[in-house]
Amino acid sequence: MSEKVRAKVKELLESGRIKGFLGLRQADGHLGPHIFTDGRELDALAVGDLKRPGDTRYPLNKQLLTLMRCDPDDSFGVLVRGCDERGLKTLITWNQVDPAKVVAVGIACPPELAAACECLKPYPDEFVDGGKVEGSTFASVATVDALDLHSRLTHWLHEFSKCVKCYGCRDICPMCFCKECSLEQEDLIHTGDLPPENPIFHLTRAVHMAGRCIDCGLCNEACPADIPLRTLYKKVADIIAQEFDYRPGYVEPGEKPPLNILGEAPKA
Amino acid sequence: MDYRTVLTTCAYCGCGCSLYLEVLDGRVIHTFPCKTGPVNEGKLCVKGWNIHEFIHSPKRLTRPLLRQNGTLVEVSWDEALDFTARRLREIKEAHGSDSLAFLSSAKITNEENYLIQKFARAAVGTNNVDHCARL
Repeated sequence: MSEKVRAKVKELLESGRIKGFLGLRQADGHLGPHIFTDGRELDALAVGDLKRPGDTRYPLNKQLLTLMRCDPDDSFGVLVRGCDERGLKTLITWNQVDPAKVVAVGIACPPELAAACECLKPYPDEFVDGGKVEGSTFASVATVDALDLHSRLTHWLHEFSKCVKCYGCRDICPMCFCKECSLEQEDLIHTGDLPPENPIFHLTRAVHMAGRCIDCGLCNEACPADIPLRTLYKKVADIIAQEFDYRPGYVEPGEKPPLNILGEAPKA
Repeated sequence: MDYRTVLTTCAYCGCGCSLYLEVLDGRVIHTFPCKTGPVNEGKLCVKGWNIHEFIHSPKRLTRPLLRQNGTLVEVSWDEALDFTARRLREIKEAHGSDSLAFLSSAKITNEENYLIQKFARAAVGTNNVDHCARL
């Protein structure tokens, strides 16, 4: 899949349109995030499919934010899948990214990755490689929703009880850009205590993901306790979609998330 | 601007989790777990996630300090090592080898850990060796 991406990035770098490209690099037997600034090093460029599709995805948008804050005058390129593009759009909405300074190079995800992610739109609006695969529904959410209220509560309390409070879900999250995090506010969370208060810790984060989570699933992959966070945030996203007809990243940049607007009451 | 991601190994304990350090103009600013690390497979604990914080910490000991008249004073490595060797010898002669103990670290290499236990056992003559990952 890398050839077409490589050609596109080479063109962007050589034309001077971008100063650097945030992508993935195969080096030292690993595949990890890297900023490419020289067309000659693009042989090592990879898209994140080492052993199976999408097994080495990184929060490139999070690194993009770091770069743009440090160097606001230059433009950068970034590798995006469907989820990353939703992230970019949402970061633009939240005034974290200047759209004029970013060039997204898109790839569409293969069917097995799209299915594993239960992704509604496993491709960006524009992509240079891969084929368009139809989105899937949130089967994991339906499974939990099928439980009665008591079983559902038991299910989530059990999952949250495994938490080791590593904050990895927040630290890997490309949408967590706040300088002050609610999960470090002593008034909301007993910050020094283990285990974290159940379910307050995770529900606090879930509420903050409402209208913001773009369903990339990196939190789920980073969780050392295998808590199905993605399912939780998918459910939160469903509630926002149902109540406010809004899904972050599926609307055009600039359309404010419903929880940031003081306006009319939600539709009945 | 010099921005790079550097692959390295977590120094907090002996597990050996792989991680990428985000380095901006020579300062380490963030950590990402390495997805292809065979030990941690893209996950980290709370210490690993924050490992970039201690690297530039002003609290970090970077030069040998020796307590003189109740105050810590910066001294040369030779002076610090001479003092340590002399005191170790005095304590050993006065109270025996087992009056001494050696605490090693997960933040140093296997080879350095080997040397410290060898020093404890062969040079000083005690089995009192332990390691910060057990504390």
